[in-house]
Amino acid sequence: MGIIIGIIRNILEEGSIYGIMTMGVYISYSVLKFPDLTVDGTFPLGMCVTAALISSGVNPVVACLIAALCGAVAGCVTGLLHVKLHIADLLSGILVMTAMWSVNLVITRGSAVVPFYNMDTIFNSGPVTLLPKGLYTWRVLIVSTVATIIVKIILDYYMKTKSGLLLRATGDNQQFVTSVSKNPGMMKIIGLTIGNACTALSGSILSQVSESANINSGTGIMVMGLASVIIGSSIFKKVNILSATTKVIIGMILYRACLAVAMQLGLPTNYLKMLMAAIFTVALVANNTLSKEKKAYEKPE
Amino acid sequence: MKNRNNESSNGSAGHYVQLQHIYKTFNKGSINEVPLFHDFNLTVDKGEFVTVVGSNGSGKTTMLNVICGSTQIDDGSIIVNGKDVSQLKEHQRASFIGRVFQDPGKGTCPSLTILENMSLADNKGRPYGLTPGIKKRRRDQYCTLLEQLKLGLEDKTDVKVGSLSGGQRQALALLISTMVPVDLLILDEHTAALDPRISETIMELTDRLIAEKGVTTIMVTHNLRYAVEYGNRLLMMHEGGFVLDASEDEKKTHEVSDLLDLFNEISIECGN
Ligand SMILES: Nc1ncnc2c1ncn2[C@@H]1O[C@H](COP(=O)(O)OP(=O)(O)OP(=O)(O)O)[C@@H](O)[C@H]1O
Ligand SMILES: [Mg+2]
Repeated sequence: MGIIIGIIRNILEEGSIYGIMTMGVYISYSVLKFPDLTVDGTFPLGMCVTAALISSGVNPVVACLIAALCGAVAGCVTGLLHVKLHIADLLSGILVMTAMWSVNLVITRGSAVVPFYNMDTIFNSGPVTLLPKGLYTWRVLIVSTVATIIVKIILDYYMKTKSGLLLRATGDNQQFVTSVSKNPGMMKIIGLTIGNACTALSGSILSQVSESANINSGTGIMVMGLASVIIGSSIFKKVNILSATTKVIIGMILYRACLAVAMQLGLPTNYLKMLMAAIFTVALVANNTLSKEKKAYEKPE
Repeated sequence: MKNRNNESSNGSAGHYVQLQHIYKTFNKGSINEVPLFHDFNLTVDKGEFVTVVGSNGSGKTTMLNVICGSTQIDDGSIIVNGKDVSQLKEHQRASFIGRVFQDPGKGTCPSLTILENMSLADNKGRPYGLTPGIKKRRRDQYCTLLEQLKLGLEDKTDVKVGSLSGGQRQALALLISTMVPVDLLILDEHTAALDPRISETIMELTDRLIAEKGVTTIMVTHNLRYAVEYGNRLLMMHEGGFVLDASEDEKKTHEVSDLLDLFNEISIECGN
């Protein structure tokens, strides 16, 4: 029983931490229709920046915010490459992702893994110390859930503002944005900035759980995020009471659950990325079949 | 019937839009080179409602794109309200231009609701910041606007625009294009995708909106009857130039059949 609770807790922890990244991918992919590969670089960026800052004694919450800011800058660069230099969307992301590799190595001074054990993190300092002793094993879940909910509330609010509506319009119909006398390119840059800030924050929080940063942690982030976005939005398509951000977070939790079940059934760790790609493929195909049906239904007007 | 050349005259008071000595060749220097405009000139006065007809590929849409900034010209100047706008980007020019496209999908956002679409359009010219996108107080105003379409859209304000029919979307697009006062209204075959009845409704609405707001309008249409019935000036285009420019009085003497004759005449000339 204890083992099962442990596994579920682990799924929820990872689901909510990666959930922040998923919301970022949701903004770039679903709202802006921009397949943003930068996230594979900004996720470890968030980790490395956090490791560097926390090791030098910076307050962990501040470290989270600075990590998010660094991610925002990277996203902004992708946007600029795409909008100003007219480089294709996928390529812009790949370029920045590749450059991030060097940036991350510079931040970690050349090492692939940077531990920062026994330092203050958001999980062992500040408000967490006020939690009763009995909740100690739950502290990671509690803190990460709170962080995810804060990000979700901010994003939900933003999506309802004028700027947020215009961002949604940009993914929908750029001509419309032009018609209301706004530059759609600018909105793309804003969207990618927000998306990558979320991703870096997610990396920052994850690094504080393991108290170490891993430069290789970015591989497959985009695939994972996208799969969760697609799983979450297609399963709960008809459920109007859930906001889009909630749907993709639940999508991520389901995704992590699939991985956890596979590992429990004895899948060797080496096959993990293969499994991730497989889940993504299934989600994509299922989603395509669904939307094809929808199109066929919508056709006769 | 009189053929008239548009003489360009710099900065005259009544002239609202002036296209002067426009040159445009698509795919310059390649095998698919399409030379379209060669010293093309057009002057539209303030408050004029110009209808434009012409064969497929005669350059009507390109002319509108040149005015709006969606197509770059090779040479020439574009003057709107006395100011040269050639250097302004499309979205910058949109601040004083309202535009409705032939494709009903272009004027609205399918995944936003009617209310969200209208709120966005209503904010044109002001900053799109972090204040709430939808003002509850405005809902009644929007409903009043929607009521005049007589399509029952006022009861569907929270419905996604993507689930409306083409005609409903186009009506909404038209309404949206003139929500904030614009100085110039550009309509490109905006009734072409609609069934005859809705097309008629939209055309009447167009006429009413234009009269109400007194906005300078250029309307491209393939419907010769609309071209004759509406507006106070008629242009016929052919191969990147005008073959007819009829003022309001001259226009009154034209019948749809006259236009059709001229249309056939030019088509026979170039052998198709
Ligand atoms: N982006 C483009 N690239 C190459 N050629 C183009 C482009 N846009 C227009 N043309 C060419 O310019 C000519 C005029 O096109 P335009 O769309 O202005 O015609 P139109 O009068 O609007 O025709 P229609 O009545 O069919 O809408 C056509 O020969 C077309 O092939
Ligand atoms: Mg056209």
